[in-house]
Amino acid sequence: MATLDDPGFAAALQKPYRPPIVAPGHTTASVTDQISAVVLQRTPKWWFFGFAGAFSLLMVFLVSVTWLFAKGVGVWGINWPIGWGFDIINFVWWIGIGHAGTLISAILLLLRQEWRTSINRFAEAMTLFAVACAGMYPVLHLGRPWLAYWLFPYPNTMNLWPQFRSPLIWDVFAVSTYATVSALFWYVGLVPDLATLRDRSRNRVAQIIYGFGAMGWRGSAAHWHNYETAYVLLAGLATPLVLSVHTVVSFDFAIGIIPGWHATIFPPYFVAGAIYAGFAMVLTLAIPLRALFNLEDFITTRHLQNMGKVMLATGLIVVYGYMSELFFAWYSGNVYEMFMAWNRVFGPYRWHWYTLLLCNAVVPQFLWLRRVRTSPLWLFVISIFVSVGMWLERFIIIVTSLHRDFLPASWGLYHGTIWDIGTFVGTIGLFLTLFFLFIRFLPAISIFEMRTIVPGSHGGEYSEVPE
Amino acid sequence: MNPKKANPMDSVNAKGKCEAAGVRPPEPARLDLAEVRERLRAKRGPEFWRSLDELAATPAFQDLLHREFPRHASEWTDGVSRRRFLQLASASLALAGLTGCTKQPVEKIIPYVRQPEQLIPGRPLYFATALTLGGYATGVLAESHQGRPTKIEGNPDHPASLGATDVFTQAAVLTLYDPERSQTILRAGRQGGTWGGFVGEAGATLRALQAINGRGLRLLTGAVTSPTLAAQIADLLRRFPEARWHRWEPAGRHQSAAAAARAFGRPLETRYDFTRARVIVTLGADVLCEGPEGVRYSRDFADGRRVRGDRQEMSRVYAVESVPSHSATVADHRLQLTPPQVEAFTLALAQRLGAAPSGGPVVSDATAVRWLEAVAQDLEQNRGASLVIAGEYASPAAQVLVHAVNQALGNVGSTVYHLEPLEADPVDHVASLRELVRDLNAGQVELLLMLDGVNPVYTAPADFGFAQALQAAQKNTVLVHHGLFDDETSEYCHWHIPAAHELESWSDARAFDGTVSLIQPLIDPLYGGKTSHEVLAALSNQPDVTSYDVVRQFWSTRLTAGGAFEAAWREALLKGLIPGTAASPTPAALAGGAVEQAAGEILAALGRVEQGQITLLFRPDPAIWDGRFASNAWLQELPKPIVKLTWDNALILSPKTAERLNVSFHETVEVSAGGRKVDAAVWILPGVAEDTALLTLGYGRKRAGKGTGQGFNAYALRTSNALWSLPAVQVRGTGGRYELACTQNHHLIRGDEVNEDALATEAAAERHVIRTGTLAELRHDRDFIQKEREKPAADDSMYPNYKYPGHAWGMAIDLNVCTGCSACVVACQSENNIPVVGKQQVLAGREMHWLRIDRYFAGDLDAPQIHHQPLPCMHCETAPCEVVCPVAATAHSDEGLNDMVYNRCVGTRYCSNNCPYKVRRFNFLRYSDKDTPVLALVNNPDVTVRMRGVMEKCTYCVQRIEQAKIESKVEHKPIAANQVQTACQQVCPTRAIVFGDINDPQWDVTRWKADPLNYGLLEEINTRPRTTYLAKLRNPNPLLEPAEGAEHGHA
Amino acid sequence: MQIFHRSTNTVAKVSIFGSIFFLAFFGWVYSTLLRSSYVTGQYVVKKQPVPFSHDHHVRGLGIDCRYCHTSVEKSSFAGIPPTETCMNCHRQIWTNADLLEPVRASYRDGLPLQWTRIHDLPDFVYFNHSVHIAKGIGCATCHGRVDKMPLMFQDASLQMEWCLSCHRDPVKNVRPRQEIFNMSWQPPADPQQAKALQARLAKEYDIHSLTSCSTCHR
Repeated sequence: MATLDDPGFAAALQKPYRPPIVAPGHTTASVTDQISAVVLQRTPKWWFFGFAGAFSLLMVFLVSVTWLFAKGVGVWGINWPIGWGFDIINFVWWIGIGHAGTLISAILLLLRQEWRTSINRFAEAMTLFAVACAGMYPVLHLGRPWLAYWLFPYPNTMNLWPQFRSPLIWDVFAVSTYATVSALFWYVGLVPDLATLRDRSRNRVAQIIYGFGAMGWRGSAAHWHNYETAYVLLAGLATPLVLSVHTVVSFDFAIGIIPGWHATIFPPYFVAGAIYAGFAMVLTLAIPLRALFNLEDFITTRHLQNMGKVMLATGLIVVYGYMSELFFAWYSGNVYEMFMAWNRVFGPYRWHWYTLLLCNAVVPQFLWLRRVRTSPLWLFVISIFVSVGMWLERFIIIVTSLHRDFLPASWGLYHGTIWDIGTFVGTIGLFLTLFFLFIRFLPAISIFEMRTIVPGSHGGEYSEVPE
Repeated sequence: MNPKKANPMDSVNAKGKCEAAGVRPPEPARLDLAEVRERLRAKRGPEFWRSLDELAATPAFQDLLHREFPRHASEWTDGVSRRRFLQLASASLALAGLTGCTKQPVEKIIPYVRQPEQLIPGRPLYFATALTLGGYATGVLAESHQGRPTKIEGNPDHPASLGATDVFTQAAVLTLYDPERSQTILRAGRQGGTWGGFVGEAGATLRALQAINGRGLRLLTGAVTSPTLAAQIADLLRRFPEARWHRWEPAGRHQSAAAAARAFGRPLETRYDFTRARVIVTLGADVLCEGPEGVRYSRDFADGRRVRGDRQEMSRVYAVESVPSHSATVADHRLQLTPPQVEAFTLALAQRLGAAPSGGPVVSDATAVRWLEAVAQDLEQNRGASLVIAGEYASPAAQVLVHAVNQALGNVGSTVYHLEPLEADPVDHVASLRELVRDLNAGQVELLLMLDGVNPVYTAPADFGFAQALQAAQKNTVLVHHGLFDDETSEYCHWHIPAAHELESWSDARAFDGTVSLIQPLIDPLYGGKTSHEVLAALSNQPDVTSYDVVRQFWSTRLTAGGAFEAAWREALLKGLIPGTAASPTPAALAGGAVEQAAGEILAALGRVEQGQITLLFRPDPAIWDGRFASNAWLQELPKPIVKLTWDNALILSPKTAERLNVSFHETVEVSAGGRKVDAAVWILPGVAEDTALLTLGYGRKRAGKGTGQGFNAYALRTSNALWSLPAVQVRGTGGRYELACTQNHHLIRGDEVNEDALATEAAAERHVIRTGTLAELRHDRDFIQKEREKPAADDSMYPNYKYPGHAWGMAIDLNVCTGCSACVVACQSENNIPVVGKQQVLAGREMHWLRIDRYFAGDLDAPQIHHQPLPCMHCETAPCEVVCPVAATAHSDEGLNDMVYNRCVGTRYCSNNCPYKVRRFNFLRYSDKDTPVLALVNNPDVTVRMRGVMEKCTYCVQRIEQAKIESKVEHKPIAANQVQTACQQVCPTRAIVFGDINDPQWDVTRWKADPLNYGLLEEINTRPRTTYLAKLRNPNPLLEPAEGAEHGHA
Repeated sequence: MQIFHRSTNTVAKVSIFGSIFFLAFFGWVYSTLLRSSYVTGQYVVKKQPVPFSHDHHVRGLGIDCRYCHTSVEKSSFAGIPPTETCMNCHRQIWTNADLLEPVRASYRDGLPLQWTRIHDLPDFVYFNHSVHIAKGIGCATCHGRVDKMPLMFQDASLQMEWCLSCHRDPVKNVRPRQEIFNMSWQPPADPQQAKALQARLAKEYDIHSLTSCSTCHR
């Protein structure tokens, strides 16, 4: 792994001009004030409204899941031949969204992209919440969810182990590892800021709570030294996970023999898709956030623009994926593959596919324009499109591949039911609820890291900003 | 256990009460969401919840539920109380609490007080008995576990069975336990009638009638072949000379009888011997899966078609018809004509063969003419070894002609023979019923006794107005109904006597060839039913005589073959038939002038036909016959052969006709003729002739247990002069929509339906799902089927091949003889405790049948070939389902079985997704009925009853395999060849399925798999299926084939 | 100012390691609980309509198992004797013992006795007595020394791991067929001899390990 003071990186990053990461005129003090103020000030009205909305959606989730447990997965629209529906679609969708965070934090950290510092914190939070939502589905989608623990290898009275050849088992490990590491990474990152909050909050309870979180952080040199090492190590640990998780998830399909699933392109194409969706979600959250907490100074146009660029790049990879699927279907000369491709374009779900192309292939092309990349509104709209598109992509992969497979006699059709939708909307509720709590009670932007990049500051070790 | 106790009687009798006889039960009040809100508004807190629970229970609410949310209606089937719901809510908050580690409940063991000898606890016993359809018997062996019948098998010694059965016989055990059966004697529709009360009242009436020789005493039954019952009735008529015995068998052989009467002067019954027929021509007939002799005919027919090993011969079959029949799907040539054209073709054929006076250009259409010549030549070349069949549905005139044709071809005596009527005291049913209605209206009936489940209010010809007649007669006639169900007829009656099911009764009946079988009970009447014998005995002042006494007493004087009666009686019970009772063929000479008259009639009829007129055909329903099985859920949910609809019938139209009428799938139409009309939903079926509509009998019932309100009532249009074919009906779209539940290509997206069939047909063709060829091709190149598709090498795998040292179980299915009769599907359901899911769940695409029969069209969809493909689990040696299961709930056994372990399954459904054959079935909801204790009795104790949330699928009847292995180990001798039979194999009338140990050359399956016609479905994806298929062969007539297109119609 | 006392540092550190031990402990409790007789019903004596003593009837009177469990060699189910069987003897002896009143009542009124099931496998498990007998597995192997049980109880856990322990290596439990119903039979003391005997019997009785799912689950 590249060491941090490797000149190569710095060299690589030399650019004739790059706008500052923090708007001019900021001092370490002002940064600290403004960010911690967000948490310590009195709660703004809009937060209550937002939270109420999110929470009511969470209640929808509760009802849907209860009905699901009471009656069984039959309340959903699945049938044979379509054994998976919204459940796995949403699972893959959320997991995908859960990628940007760690990517931004870990990989960009190792690549010494300072611009990441103002967005990594809530990107990581978003990752955690998305993974939490995703993690629900593998349990919810079971016919007998109360036996979910059978998927873990543990010595039992049946003398049975799970079946390690099954991608679902790989999922269990991939997702749980990813969740754990992301959580650690996020928390470790929080420690110094929790200390800051502990010290700045006036109210006793808050002090104690933040104090617990800060684990006695005093900002001594020793602390900082250990801290840096731990942080970088975790970054190194998280980096391969970003790639592995969605690769493994893609195996759920690639290992299957169903035409439309059985494709070697899936791993890279899924990972790209995940980052694509992840950044879209980061933008969806960042743009309102900076407006509401007026953090424009920290989450600057440059951040938005960079994220736009990443989306454009990954978006193109995804489009390449679609095209190669069609091409290989034709090139294989395999009757099943060819029919699958035909069925996507002209079958009963053709409109889903056309919409998918619109959202994921056409709309993002506007990102070529600087004007669009720098306009928060445009970026917001585009990222919404991408989120929808990525959901549809999973719908296409799962439903249209299954509904007409090998034997024409077993063809069928799939419709989601109100309970499918309820569960989906419900997880969105869960996600938003957690996120609202996060932005209210924790610093959405890493204070100490911001300090280090305020021009002229001599805080941490990655202070020298390439001019 | 005591089933009587187990069964919630009140729940059943609560339904269908009516204040006074003749008054309809009130329709459930309709309800809409606004009302629901209204009812609930005032309520608060617990009160609110309580009223919600109550509301949910009302029929009105259920009705609303189905109207507003049909998709979710079935989720309410298993009750979750409000409290339970809240528990779950709190549990799901923590996503925990639904823990699986519950302690087992304490169970009791209840031994006998005095154990019956020859019974071994835990082992089944088999009893030979018989089940009847329309009066005719099929010999069966009934499997009984500690006194409860669970499965019906065919009786190999019985001529009508030869070890196989049809769907109705398979489903009999479910009817036996059906909680919808009537369970108490009803007096004026109310409970509380008693046997004594009935005997008293009926006895009083009879004593009054005695004076006037019983004038006004009327008996109505279906077709009766039971010698004992016939004797009892004869005895009754002797005591009451003025009494009358009326007959009405809705789907009986009325036109055949009429035709025979015209042709031979008496209502002879015609029988066929397919074993001798080299050329077979069917003219609108469906002899293979129709009526009580279908099973036997199928066997003989199939033997004539089977090409195996060195036997390179097969019969040639021509089918001329308007609606696709089972026999046509295995025919070599199929000519699709409108019903009048079929009659015309019959006449033309008769003329061409010199059996009828020529005159008038009868057939003009080019194809028909070419056919005529080809068929005629073929028949002439096979005099005495050919067979022309018109069957019941052809007009009497046409049947007369066919009799003449067979005579002319010298087939009579070789492939065709006649029997004196097997029905006791044969009469013309239609006339007989007409007479009854007349007398009812004239008030000349004092006591009407309707025996053995006759249901004339529902089944009588529409022009008779039977219901009105009964209504009118109520005042001064004692109306008695005796049947399994409290049905449309009993609603009008003063007395309803629950009948005993045949598995609860002593009786006897004759098979299609006259062979007499004794019917013996396997269990005491569950619901206190009485047999017809007992009812009649009661009327002759012997209320306490049991049917056992009656039957035994009857035979005691007659059954003395081999000396002692006791021995003969025991032997008859053991064998399931009385040897030497088969009727012998009787000579029959054509009556003079019959043919000329018939020919004239047909010509006249043809003259009346106008272009574009739609002829409506009535047929017994392939699943519920004439409606008598309407309450049988297995049969209701059985995908009807060819059309694949469940739970409903439909007005079936050809694509072209539907287009002309501008109607499509699921759309409602009004069918009217002669001032009568019925609403129906449309289903489009390739293979139906233009200007032809088909509506099967048995649906649209008002009081039929589970069948209530399903489908559309064909009887409302069926008149005494148009029993099977109603010319010139009007069909008018009414713009409504009625969802029909089809199990194949579930059409749920509107607009996309029509091309779905075309698309599936095309796909099936290019995927070589069904491999077909001709006999000529086979003779020319034995391996032409093998060459059709490349097949992966045996070692084409990343893993080393597993060697199967011991047994290796496999199956082969001969597509050449599968007629799609679906007996295997019901047999599988009965053997393996497969739950019924109901119409809504079928609509959602969740039927549970382990064995499905895929139907494929081939060629031109306006006149397609039709293929059947029974599809059980393939038990792939490299099974895609196994590698993806995260908990190893499906794994391979060391004998090559693809085991499914229900209790290990967590229900990811990944296996089903990854199964290329989609043979896996998932319990999306709680499908097994655990709320109705009596239904637990029908379960096979050797098969687990699956719970909600687990996957299941065909196991090759592993319980039978294991039983055979255990027996062989206990008795220290190896399993004999062909000893293990799967349920589907055992029941198959055509022996199209064979199962066994493919390691052992002694088993048939090994020989079949060595056959050049043997191929694996989708074998190119290297799943190495253990179930393989034998390609479908045709033996086309060279004169027709070139024009028909010689390409092997791949589907 | 100081919010926390210094000691909290130690507390924190300890709790981190403590959690690991706690988890391990929890796991141990769970696995022992699953194998406890509370769950398995092992060694639990259940209430019966008549306190029937195998000890007395088998060891005391030397009645053969098959006198009552008649179908054990023919069927999956060993068979619980009909009241008749009890009365065969108790018509003559203990004819008016109060203990036996339920038996006499049952015989009188024709109402069966309702025994509480001791060896109760889940409904999805299909065990067959006859084949185990045929393969030379003794009653005592699974049911324990029934002849020493004044009141019947379940001797083995009857959990899947227990079944598999034999199905994976059946040879160690095989005995000569004539000794199957002998409660007190022991393999030869000398391990060599025992091994030899079992190897011979395994060959003779054609015994293999059967671990396919469908062997027991159908």
